[in-house]
Amino acid sequence: MAAQVLSYTATEMMTVVAARALKNDDVVFVGIGAPSAACNLARLTHAPDITLIYESGTIGTKPNVLPLSIGDGELSETALTTVAVPEMFRYWLQGGRITVGFLGGAQIDKFANLNTTVVGDYAKPKVRLPGGGGAPEIATHCREIFITMAMGKRGFVEKLSFITSLGHGSGHGSRAALGVKTKGPTKVITDLCLLEPDAATCELTVSELYPGTTRDKVAAECGWPIKFAFELSETAQPTAEELKVLRDLQARTTAAHGGDA
Amino acid sequence: MAEFLSLSEAVARNLHDGDQVAMEGFTHLIPFAAGHEVIRQGMSRLTLVRMTPDLIYDQLIGVGAVEKLIFSWGGNPGVGSLHRLRDAVENDWPRPLKLEEHSHAALANAYEAGAANLPFAAFRGYKGVDLTKVNPTIRSVICPYTGEELATVPALRPDVAIIHALRADKSGNVLLEGIVGVQKEAVLAAKRSVVTVEEVVDDFGPRNPNAVILPAWTVTAIAVVPGGAFPSYAQGYYKRANAFYKAFDPIARDRDTFLKWIDANVMKKSAGDFAQYSKKAA
Repeated sequence: MAAQVLSYTATEMMTVVAARALKNDDVVFVGIGAPSAACNLARLTHAPDITLIYESGTIGTKPNVLPLSIGDGELSETALTTVAVPEMFRYWLQGGRITVGFLGGAQIDKFANLNTTVVGDYAKPKVRLPGGGGAPEIATHCREIFITMAMGKRGFVEKLSFITSLGHGSGHGSRAALGVKTKGPTKVITDLCLLEPDAATCELTVSELYPGTTRDKVAAECGWPIKFAFELSETAQPTAEELKVLRDLQARTTAAHGGDA
Repeated sequence: MAEFLSLSEAVARNLHDGDQVAMEGFTHLIPFAAGHEVIRQGMSRLTLVRMTPDLIYDQLIGVGAVEKLIFSWGGNPGVGSLHRLRDAVENDWPRPLKLEEHSHAALANAYEAGAANLPFAAFRGYKGVDLTKVNPTIRSVICPYTGEELATVPALRPDVAIIHALRADKSGNVLLEGIVGVQKEAVLAAKRSVVTVEEVVDDFGPRNPNAVILPAWTVTAIAVVPGGAFPSYAQGYYKRANAFYKAFDPIARDRDTFLKWIDANVMKKSAGDFAQYSKKAA
């Protein structure tokens, strides 16, 4: 089959790769931004029955436009049910009912620990970030975690200023030592490549390069000497259908948020 | 028993300098009009509690009304930073701000423990993270049945909870629907509560299956403030003004621009000015 030549952005590619990683029977704790776009792209393409949960309490939500905030009215109005926030965190998240949690951050290290709290010293930070929100418990209660982050040396760092949420700690066995039984980050979906933890060490390793990306480019955007899988594959480019659905969704969203209330 | 008051009277009678106050709302039903009234009354040394401090807390911090913030996520949702919060933490402007920082799960549990009249909340959380190193209120307990170590946080018992609800009936019962957040827990955990509502009705009529009712005897004061959640939203009345959240970003970045905005849009306005934003959906 001859590949059709399509033009798309790195962010679109990242969103498409994240969407493909989701299954029709997944129950997903969705975050705002790239995860929300990816989850709804999955719902509108190959995973129509996927259950999307936003931490504002909406369960089984089917937004027609992407929310700007975690609690836009659109989420509740299209949800199967909406529960109070304590119930969301106690029964649904801590209760172990979520299969995939999405996280992102300002900084990530090679074991997929994340920082969304501060850059610099906590007491006197260079940059005060929003904080962890739901992330510390999302990271340990969901069956597995997908991380979406654009690559860059400011974000992919050797050492985090602050560990906001646990990835694989200091390597294989860290989670188990803390009594955490869930898998943790299984995929880090970037704008250049897909990273997965090495089976033996849990160190993030490039497993797929996106079309047009090179090893050198990935290495140049990473703050630690990054490793590549022995069998490195190339990710399939977005299909025309994926791009159409995603762009329609983004266009509806821009129209909805651009105007006044 | 709930008493119907003007907003300025409800705030003046129930909130005092140095109080711990929770103005809750999880994106939906954020009590902006009440927050502006707190700024107009020149309150000081407040401890603010909220899971998701957003623009109204940024404004209270920026005018110097706040001594301490207890929170779990402080940002402008989908837009970026709270610039006044950042300026206070990074540069002590206009005054130093103490932080007691948690996760969402911890604060949700802490409100629930407060409402349940328990001294603390226990939950599975805070595994392998640095917050435990910078927040001494995060501790642990051993389960007496299984031996499992659980994280603990002290119960929240604010002096005052301030929320915005959809409707009150004439007896002072209060109704919320849609995304109901932690408002019920905050009101029941607090010593006093002030509720602003879109309108007063004779009878609530048919209710959304997710409706939360606060009986009149759990509420201290009610003020009718149509539009009082703007630029947040009130389900069935008006939508979230996402464009406002985006427009506030450059306003909050600069100290002078921010203070001018406060002067024109808070100090020189009143609760009644929010009415223009309330349009009940057909």
